[in-house]
Parts: sequence; C-alpha cells; structure tokens
Amino acid sequence: MNFVTRLYYQYRRIWKAIMLYMALSGPGLVVMIADNDAGGITTYAATGAKYGYNLIWFLIILVPVAYYVQEMTVRLGAVTKRGHAEAIFDAFGSFWGWFSLIDLMILDWLTLVTEFIGMTAAMRIFGIPEWLTVLAVCVLMGVIVVNGRYWTWEKIALAFCVLNLIYVPAALMVHPSVTQIVKDGLIPNFPGGFNGEMFFFLMANIGTTIAPWMLFFQQSSVVDKGMTEKDIPWGRADTWLGAWVTIIVAVFIVLLTGTVLIGVEINDAAQASAAIWQKDRFVGAMMAIGLFDAGFLGAICISLASSWAFGEIFGWAHSLNTKIKEAPWFYANYFFTLITAGLVVLIPGAPLVLITLFVQVVAVTLLPAALVFLILLLNDKSTMGEYCNTLSQNVIGGVIVMIIIILSTCYGLSALFPNVFQ
Amino acid sequence: MPLIKSIGTSIAGHVEKLRDINRRYATPRINMSPAVRISLLTLRIYLFILVGLLAYKFITVLTH
Repeated sequence: MNFVTRLYYQYRRIWKAIMLYMALSGPGLVVMIADNDAGGITTYAATGAKYGYNLIWFLIILVPVAYYVQEMTVRLGAVTKRGHAEAIFDAFGSFWGWFSLIDLMILDWLTLVTEFIGMTAAMRIFGIPEWLTVLAVCVLMGVIVVNGRYWTWEKIALAFCVLNLIYVPAALMVHPSVTQIVKDGLIPNFPGGFNGEMFFFLMANIGTTIAPWMLFFQQSSVVDKGMTEKDIPWGRADTWLGAWVTIIVAVFIVLLTGTVLIGVEINDAAQASAAIWQKDRFVGAMMAIGLFDAGFLGAICISLASSWAFGEIFGWAHSLNTKIKEAPWFYANYFFTLITAGLVVLIPGAPLVLITLFVQVVAVTLLPAALVFLILLLNDKSTMGEYCNTLSQNVIGGVIVMIIIILSTCYGLSALFPNVFQ
Repeated sequence: MPLIKSIGTSIAGHVEKLRDINRRYATPRINMSPAVRISLLTLRIYLFILVGLLAYKFITVLTH
C-alpha cells in the first residue's frame, strides 16, 4: 500500500511539473525553433549536400552555444521586466539605444524579406503564385496576433514549431546509413581539410544559430508572458529544450540532403526541395512544407521583435494581450513591416540576392553590440541582484560571445569580400 | 490648409517625443566601471572599422 501511495505521489508530482512547464514554456522553444528560419534551412541543406554527415558533430556543439546566450535574456527579462531595447537605452544611454533600435529595425525588415523569399519559393514548388503566398501569409499572421491574447498567439506559434519537425520523418524516409552517421558525423573531422570553404560553412552554421533578433525577441517575450524570477528555472528548461530541438531539426536536414543530394551544389533551400522532388515527390514536398513553415515562424517572431522594441522605447502599449484599439502603434508597426517586406518579393527584378547578402553584413553591425550589452547588463549587480552572472557564467558566456563575434564578423566580411578567406 | 497644419502638428509631436526619449535616457544608468568603458570603446572602434569597410566596398562597387 505504502509503495502504491508513493508511486501515486510521484506520478502527481511529475504530472504537476509537466503541467507547470506546459504553462510556462513558450518563449525559449519558439525563439529557438524560429531560429531555423528560411536562411537557416538553406545553410543546413547546403552543409549536408556539400559535406554529407561530416559536420553533424559541429551542429551538436552549437546546442550549448545557443543555450548560454539565450538563457541570459530569460534572466534579464524576468528580473528587469524590460525588453532588450529598453534595457540598452536605460543602461547605456540614447546613443547606443538608437543605434541598436535603428539597426534592429533595418535588420529585421531585411530578414523578413528573406523569410518571404523562402516562403514564396517553397510554395512555387506546388504551383502557388508569389502574390497568393504573400497575401495568405499576411492574412494568417494578422489573424494570429489580433486575437488579443499572448497565450493564444504562443500556442499557435508552438503548433507551427511542431510542423518544423517534418524534417525528421522526411530524413528517415530516405534511409540514411546509421553506421555512416556514427562514423562520419559524431567524430569531429574536417573532410578535405580545414580550408577557406570549410571555414565559410562553419561560419554560416554558427551565424544562423544566433541572430540579433533572437535576443530582443526572447527578452520581450518573457516580459509579455509575465514571467518572474521564480519562473527562471522553467525558462531555462524551455530554452535548453528549444536549443536541442532546433539542432535536432538541423541535423535531420543535414541527414536528408547528405543522403539524397550529396555532391550537388545547393544555393537555396527551395532548390534543394525541387531537386529532392525530382527523386521522391513526397519527400520533396515535405522539404518544401518545412521551408514554408520555417519562413513563417521566422516572420512571426521577427516582426514582433521590432514592434516590441519600438513600443518599449516610444512608450506605446506593446503587448499581445492588448487589442488593436488599445495598442494601435504596436500593431501598425507589426503590419507595416510585414506587408512592406512581402511586397518587396513581388517587385519584378527586385535585388533579392543582394538583400540576402546584405542581411549578413547588417547582422555583424548589431550582433556584437547586442551580445556585449547582454554580458554587461548581466553583470550589473544593482539591477540583477542575486541573478547576476557568476564567474563561471561570465567565463563560458564570454568565450561563447567572443567566438560568435569573431566568426559572425568573418562571415559578414566574406559576404562583403567573397575571396577574403579563399 | 487644415491638412498641412495637422501634418505639421503631428511632426512636431513626433519630434517632441524623440526629444523626450533622448532626455529620459540622456545619462547611462550603468556603473561606468573600467570593464564597461573598455567594452564600449572596443565596440566603437569595431563599428568604426566595419563602417569604413562598408564605405570602401560601396565606393569600389560604384567605381568599377
């Protein structure tokens, strides 16, 4: 009897913990999975096609990298109840504040254009014209945010996150060799040696793992959700799970293209979907659906990151818990960035490749600043109190931030000067 | 005329709002320890070099 009682007690305890996690989960999972946006899918698809399974070990290393950076935004948001833009303005003054806000606005808008490029390209495979995709996305994204509840928005976003897992069955359907995965993928190696091209791929993979909008998005999201200091452990668990899920999806994309498209030069994920479509229509369709979903998730988060940041600084109502009438500027900003980015894709002869390259260049002007501010803010004892960075967190976070800054800068430079690392 | 007047009032309102933000965040609140000063200085130098490279690229693209 005693055993049964204890078993029941344990069951209740675990069930309660799961329920609590379900209530508090969201920002970490959404931001991490949305990180696998249209640009990310292209990077992983190209990595698999170029190097097969050989760089899977490198992707796994990126789990703690993504976690340590994003975990800091959870603490900062939960303790200060302020978004990242407001925190920068408050701590470092208006010069750095305006720099970050304007840079974020430009970068988010350009990234949003790349998400639309990905979504329209994915739907083109099914014969859907660009204008219809743009229209459908704008309407759908409008419907998702105007319900006036953060909770509803988050759960819909999580449903799209689940769809991102479509790459798992897609990869399993092409029967990757388990022996080969263990032999080539899990043991660190650089196929063909560590040359300029390899360096470019490593930079691209790390560059897609941490993007500036992620810092702004997760911190604002934590604030909008109303998380407090006592919720930090749940926020950490959420972020940790999200980091794993995003890398698992990335690994399965590498497995998919590394099995089917090995040796094929991939310039974008839509091209990869079309190439797989030629071999297996069903898997090709899954790849295209995944690409659309990735672009859609990225677009949801990126447009919100800008709107939250502007609302914080201009003092507008800026919560998804408000109706359009209560927060007109917040929603106006959201729809303006969304619709203008969508329209750019529809302009005949628009320099879409140039925009995609320009995203990488603008990112390196904001990412280092945002990361340095993050570390400095997490060391501000007067604000963070007991949630200040410890010595070990500073060492780990500092090293990760330095590596990200160096590699993302090199990546941005390689976009500016293509032959610089050849 | 009323339209021009209302546009003028709206622009003046936005300019005042920007001034208000600048006033509110005029002084950095963070303690300017040597580590913070060095970090911000390094960041300025980094951005200065980066903007220089961007300008160089822009000029070379225009001239070629």
